[in-house]
Amino acid sequence: MSKLDSKIPEGPIADKWTTYKNNIRLVNPANKRSIDVIVVGTGLAGGSAAATLAELGYNVKAFCYQDSPRRAHSIAAQGGINAAKNYQGDGDSTYRLFYDTVKGGDYRSREANVYRLAEVSTNIIDQCVAQGVPFARDYGGLLDNRSFGGVQVSRTFYAKGQTGQQLLLGAYSAMSRQIGKGKITMYNRHEMMDIVVVDGKARGIIARNLVTGELERHSAHAVVVGSGGYGNVFFLSTNAMGSNVSAGWKIHKKGAYFANPCFTQIHPTCIPQHGDQQSKLTLMSESLRNDGRIWVPAKKEDAKAIRAGKLKPTDLKEEDRDYYLERRYPSFGNLVPRDVASRAAKERCDAGFGVGTNETGEAVYLDFSSAIMRYGQEEANVKGHHDASEKEIKELGTKIVEAKYGNLFQMYEKITADNPYETPMKIYPAVHYTMGGVWVDYNLMTTIPGCYAIGEANFSDHGANRLGASALMQGLADGYFVLPYTIGDYLADDIRTGAITTDSKEFEEAEKSVKEQIEFFINNDGKHSVDYFHKRLGKVMWNKVGMARTEKGLKEAIAEIKEIREQFWKEVSVPGSADGINQELEKAGRVADFLELGELFARDALERNESCGGHFREEYQTEEGEATRDDKNFTYVAAWEYQGEPSKAKLHKEDLKYENIELKTRSYK
Amino acid sequence: MSATELNLTLKVWRQKSDKEKGKMETYQVSGISTDSSFLEMMDILNEQLIAEDKEPVAFDHDCREGICGSCSMYINGEAHGPGREITTCQLHMREFKDGETIYIEPWRAKAFPVIKDLVVDRSAFDRVMNAGGFISVNTSGNTQDANAIPIDKHDADKAFDAATCIGCGACVATCKNASAMLFVSAKVSQLSLLPQGKVEAKERVQNMVKQMDEEGFGNCSNTGACEVECPKGISLENIARMNREYLKSGMS
Repeated sequence: MSKLDSKIPEGPIADKWTTYKNNIRLVNPANKRSIDVIVVGTGLAGGSAAATLAELGYNVKAFCYQDSPRRAHSIAAQGGINAAKNYQGDGDSTYRLFYDTVKGGDYRSREANVYRLAEVSTNIIDQCVAQGVPFARDYGGLLDNRSFGGVQVSRTFYAKGQTGQQLLLGAYSAMSRQIGKGKITMYNRHEMMDIVVVDGKARGIIARNLVTGELERHSAHAVVVGSGGYGNVFFLSTNAMGSNVSAGWKIHKKGAYFANPCFTQIHPTCIPQHGDQQSKLTLMSESLRNDGRIWVPAKKEDAKAIRAGKLKPTDLKEEDRDYYLERRYPSFGNLVPRDVASRAAKERCDAGFGVGTNETGEAVYLDFSSAIMRYGQEEANVKGHHDASEKEIKELGTKIVEAKYGNLFQMYEKITADNPYETPMKIYPAVHYTMGGVWVDYNLMTTIPGCYAIGEANFSDHGANRLGASALMQGLADGYFVLPYTIGDYLADDIRTGAITTDSKEFEEAEKSVKEQIEFFINNDGKHSVDYFHKRLGKVMWNKVGMARTEKGLKEAIAEIKEIREQFWKEVSVPGSADGINQELEKAGRVADFLELGELFARDALERNESCGGHFREEYQTEEGEATRDDKNFTYVAAWEYQGEPSKAKLHKEDLKYENIELKTRSYK
Repeated sequence: MSATELNLTLKVWRQKSDKEKGKMETYQVSGISTDSSFLEMMDILNEQLIAEDKEPVAFDHDCREGICGSCSMYINGEAHGPGREITTCQLHMREFKDGETIYIEPWRAKAFPVIKDLVVDRSAFDRVMNAGGFISVNTSGNTQDANAIPIDKHDADKAFDAATCIGCGACVATCKNASAMLFVSAKVSQLSLLPQGKVEAKERVQNMVKQMDEEGFGNCSNTGACEVECPKGISLENIARMNREYLKSGMS
């Protein structure tokens, strides 16, 4: 029997959330004081949830593996946060944000959740300003906006290229206030090792103190997982080094369904890999595509000469360049959504037009020279320099581009030692975000009662492709404005429960199995480091489960991942001991989980015989190479139930109903 | 620029725990690409140590793009190594020469005890923030509209500049007094420059400074080393502003 009840409230979409809030059960303030909630992860979702739950009066225990909650990887988000404020008067509304998000997600997200997200988006901006988040402002002192890919309004609020940092520090400050009051007990440098389920309900976690190595039992009336995405299954990604799937995977193994694991965002503008020594990839904000033009040489011999270092991009004449996005998608040009831009770059490089001078040879140009000249000419006109020379125009234009993107250009130069004002940037797609995640209902509850998943850790809002500046919106919406309501309805049953004991057989068993795994790693007489296996997994994922997937490749990937996993459990070597800081031991546990998730990921991609959003199956494309969706057979959420190992996972389907938006083919031509 | 390969001698601080004494150990690494980041070079050293069945060097790192503030190495006597406005993870090996010896140490300050190798405990920073680094506003969904109070662009920009602090602790590590004034003043400045934060400015500065002193950070003697080593270029101006705020808070 399937347990997939999405619990979407009845009524018109615009009234659902309000009606819901008016009818749920509440917990009175005195009773909240006797209820404990565990929050795992302190990014935008976890941090905002922990702060808000503590403000409401619950006793919160928050956990993060970093040395401070302020370091969660939300901090690295650059571009901005969407909200349907319509401050620009350009026709934005809750409905339009809802519509753009569902369309951008290629019609694979749940309407009711997305509408609620759009509805609370405006509250987020108000809340953040009240907290002291220094958003960009215009000279009139009002908030400024910019626009992002796949939409036709300016609804993105930003703080230079550091929006994620400012929003996270806002949530961190709200947490700090509650930590100071004693309403949040903060466990820094602690990692959740397992969830504890008692009588069918989530009642606590086993955590490892990463400094002393001790295993700790923590009980609560509900457990909230806000542990982010699983992009590091690819080894190389724009995620932080420590970002992992373990919290999500542990709850999956104890009963939470895992949804749409194959929906992964490969971001088009990242700094290309320099070689085999690389540990991490760096994103260049999507905002750069407002002014940068993407191209490769039109002739293969030119591309070859560039790769060999015999030709410079600036030597190529205009007619020898192929601005392939402008050519293929004249109406959206360089601002097509991320999935489309990434695939187009791969297509050109696979065809032999790539310009990477690194070992992998994969890169395309992101060129600002025409933007520099255009802005320079405008500035010369404004200043009345009617006979300005080309050099003067270039100088003027460079200043404008510097004011807009200076910090990003500087970041690029630090990494590559190339000056992007003089020569085009080299970029290539990289794994960035995972739309899939733990399945949740409208309440954000997983299929384990009392266990919630929020932010990137859940699957609900972005379908098969996420639009730029929507991740920050979702994290904060879930944590500040959705979960604090929905969790109360569940906790209303727990007002007489009293403290949950950690002295039960469930806690004992969970701790025992965690301990056994740790002891295995420490004692195993292996010959390869954890990274050796992680890199191999990453290569299989990237080559066969990456930007383009085929039935044959996926079947091979499933077999290869299984083989790597089996070898890992025989031959992994973890030096040192378990009773202190041991970063290799931490990695071993995380990679063990990636090795299981990777296989399910490939199975999910194999099962979905269509192309949609970030999931591109080569068998399902038009003659022009565009994705072909199959709405008749695949308008559903694939929710996987764990049954021993990934190959045995059972597929449950949640049918997606589109009552407010008509399903259409996405076209950006 | 094409990559070349480096052979290096590393002198690295090794310390088993906060209870034991540490010392410098010498290691050799070879074939390091000049395109690699400093932390990728450390990864290579660690892979080498694991292959020799030795314990790898523990160091804090996470985002590896200069924003989380985790990485914290003192390289050749400089916080985050050579270069201005840079974190260790953004430092690349092309800054070093073939055959060079590189000294790698943890942050050293009374308030930041070393807990293993290059890892220090910076929770003192969190405690200073818990004492007042916030605006006391609950999440309600009905705070006033974000545009209800226009904010002078210059003030908003200055608040932003102060708010870019990543809490890495380079200011403390580089200061001869191990003072945390730049860190604390950045938060005090950000919030006191904004109308929303002015309401409780007085309590904030007093509580944060009190906590800062209790944590064992030193005083500021205006040498300005913190500003030079700050990866985000946080200005000394903020310290002056905090001093003004502190003085003001004593006069009522």
